[in-house]
Amino acid sequence: MSHASDVLIAGAGIVGSACALACVRRGLRVAIVESSGIGAGATAAGMGHIVAMDDSPAQLALTNYSQQLWRDLSATLPPSVEYDPCGTLWVASDDEEMREVERKSKVYGAAGLLTEILDSRALANAEPNLRRPLAGALLVPSDAVLYPPCAAAFLMAQAQQLGAQLFSPRKVISAAAGKAQLDDGSEIHAAHIVIATGADAVALIAQLPIRKRKGHLAITDRYPGYVRHQLVELGYLKSAHATTADSVAFNVQPRRTGQILIGSSRQFNAETPEVDHPNLAAMIHRAQSYLPDIGSLSTIRIWTGFRAATPDKLPLIGPWLSDPSLILATGHEGLGITTSLATAQLVADHICSRASAIPIDPYLPARFAKVAAHV
Amino acid sequence: MSDPAQIIVCINGVHVAVPPATTVAAAILIAGAPIRTSISGQPRGPLCGMGMCFECRATINGVPHQRSCQIICADQMEVRVD
Repeated sequence: MSHASDVLIAGAGIVGSACALACVRRGLRVAIVESSGIGAGATAAGMGHIVAMDDSPAQLALTNYSQQLWRDLSATLPPSVEYDPCGTLWVASDDEEMREVERKSKVYGAAGLLTEILDSRALANAEPNLRRPLAGALLVPSDAVLYPPCAAAFLMAQAQQLGAQLFSPRKVISAAAGKAQLDDGSEIHAAHIVIATGADAVALIAQLPIRKRKGHLAITDRYPGYVRHQLVELGYLKSAHATTADSVAFNVQPRRTGQILIGSSRQFNAETPEVDHPNLAAMIHRAQSYLPDIGSLSTIRIWTGFRAATPDKLPLIGPWLSDPSLILATGHEGLGITTSLATAQLVADHICSRASAIPIDPYLPARFAKVAAHV
Repeated sequence: MSDPAQIIVCINGVHVAVPPATTVAAAILIAGAPIRTSISGQPRGPLCGMGMCFECRATINGVPHQRSCQIICADQMEVRVD
């Protein structure tokens, strides 16, 4: 059996679902192949923090653009997506981190993002369950949270209503030169094949500079109001940057249900999904060091997931080096939920040969041309 | 009520006398209090009675989500089921 389409998308996580909707809206014929459920991989494992991040100018440009797209979409999102513009508090524990608050505030301001600097007392009023004293915090009111698998399902349902065809449970086992082979022996021909399978993309292109980065999350029972913003320690970037050792950071999120999502951990060279108890314990202890009473809350579930990490902390968006029919939309590490909508616009712009709202260049796979040549 | 062996607990604002060593879950049943409602509006109540199913959760002395089948009534205990 053989099927023809303008665009084939491998993977119906939040990135693939967003790409499907963006492409079908441009009038393209779209097929999607998903081996499991909509948003069942890294999408379901993630926190769903829609966050502006300034690790690099390119990261800030992509997260800021995508966050705007989420805001534009927010009024149409169904209640199941649990979109909540609760804002982020970047928590500073000492004077050095308060200087980082000031630096961050300036960078965000230059990008058009309003922020507010909270001193020690204002932070204690905003979040009474945080330990005292803390030095202060940066409030980013434009950040939000949502429930990622329902967001992916919403995007996919919209795409299907507009004519996108979903093949599931089917798996793309190879893709090259405008042709994809599926696990049931069928073929799909498409001028553009979007690879949106997260860390599993290496199964289709072995040379991809992507590594699995394992993470743990815990979720509590319902304690409405226990925390009011997404709370992230400013030391978070130190954890996110560590490229070898296992690391943990304080990163806690209030859900619309009153549940508290507790993160975060990062591990390389851990490619199986079981809970790593020492790593989990370190993560919970980190949360306890900021929320001393959190140990009295009841945790109902703990799980792991795999981020698709690139060496330079930027995603891979655009044509693959040796085969431009393959368009990558992966490598988002911890920012795939945030940047899914912008990624989809960049992919659709590329396919339609149109200029994008932000330059695609920093995310192009071509930046790894030298690396791949040496493989 | 004058029996000294009885313990008085307050369930959703109503005082109930129960024998010593009564679990809070049993006291809720004795009081005839409405059973818990899940987040989607479904009725819930003690199922396993041994702390595994979490269906008997109640707020006890202000602490939410306590497994009422695993806690013995103490005099003047405040219990909320909702």
